[in-house]
Amino acid sequence: MTGENKQQNSGLLGWLLFVVGFAGALFVGWVVFPQLLFSTQYQPINYNHAIHQEEAGMSCEDCHYFRDDGTYAGKPQLATCVECHEEAQGETESEAMLVSEYVEPEKEIPWISYSRQPDNVFFSHGAHVKMAEMECTDCHRDVEKETETPPVKINRLTGYPNEIMKMYVCEDCHAREHVSNACDVCHK
Amino acid sequence: MSGNKSSKVRYGMVIDLDKCTGCMACSVACQQENSVPFREDETNKRRSITWMEIYQLDNGKPYPEHRQAYLPRLCLHCDSSPFPPCTFVCPVNATHRDEETGLVNHIPVRCIGCRYCISACSYHARYFNWWDPKWPKPMEEMLTPSVSTRMRGVVEKCTMCVHRLQLAKDRAYVEGRRELEEGEYVPACVESCPAKAMIFGNLLDSHSEVAKLAKSRHAFRLLEKLGTEPKVYYLSSQDWIRKLADNVL
Repeated sequence: MTGENKQQNSGLLGWLLFVVGFAGALFVGWVVFPQLLFSTQYQPINYNHAIHQEEAGMSCEDCHYFRDDGTYAGKPQLATCVECHEEAQGETESEAMLVSEYVEPEKEIPWISYSRQPDNVFFSHGAHVKMAEMECTDCHRDVEKETETPPVKINRLTGYPNEIMKMYVCEDCHAREHVSNACDVCHK
Repeated sequence: MSGNKSSKVRYGMVIDLDKCTGCMACSVACQQENSVPFREDETNKRRSITWMEIYQLDNGKPYPEHRQAYLPRLCLHCDSSPFPPCTFVCPVNATHRDEETGLVNHIPVRCIGCRYCISACSYHARYFNWWDPKWPKPMEEMLTPSVSTRMRGVVEKCTMCVHRLQLAKDRAYVEGRRELEEGEYVPACVESCPAKAMIFGNLLDSHSEVAKLAKSRHAFRLLEKLGTEPKVYYLSSQDWIRKLADNVL
């Protein structure tokens, strides 16, 4: 083996180590770290959005509506479910669970929120839906064809879901639409 | 930055000292509405937090010339241009005047507790949380949901119940209105005053009661000579009170 060959070999080895290390770092950063940072939580029971709309003919506003005082109801309470599900209508496992574990003992379903904001945030659905005429899907996932509720990824450090809207997104849109970005517009 | 001439809304208050009986209902209502923390011993007023404090005034003369009055003191939401003294000194933009409403707001989670704003405020309207708030057992259930509680190490002050403005706007939006009507948004102190000594509204709306009263010949503001342009006006027919307000002795 000549000296020149040796140099070439060590050069190749260096490149190989670099590529392996780089790919490893990317793997850790993109796959391992998010797995460690976010815990996966499942909803207490599966809610089938599609079947409620297609077979039961319900509209979004039957559950997600504005109250008369202008506040937004968000997720429905058990009373809304009981209107139809006092007894099981079908044969699905999640409906049986709904009746036996929540409707009969009259216990609220502990849904996990996909977009829970911190306590000091004030968000007006009225301002965005009624005034700015935004679509629900501009911020939330499209649930129209959804048959299975996806798991919620919760940040282990902060306790907030990963889909939560960050402050810079709010500020950015407010600036573009020439809406006030004063603190008290969104903070309480 | 000074948008205070372009906006059509400048919320302000008029407090009629001739009507005020010093009952402190406003102070209690404020404490309750804004979940203001308290300590077991509230006698040390340099340590306690009271967004709405009542001062007792007297003219210092013996009977029969002796006179007394009560002065409800809250954040005056200074309208000085370009900034009120407190927001001018904040190094982290935790306090800021909303130029659309004229309300000076303070965001405790952004506050680093340097207390520059407390020193800058000419009216002692700002308070520091020396301790984490603690509420005895059943009281934690009674906190106002639309107001976020504060923590140790941050400054807090009167917000003119800005959460009530948010909720009033919410209702207006759902009813398809952009503008609020007079009286739709009123802070807790004003609502609680049994003597109707406090009037709240838009100072720039010439038809509003508050704007008319602010132009009364009995109207004055605290330490007007400083140029802080407070948006809280006081009314009194008595000269000695008006002189006290400008610290002329």
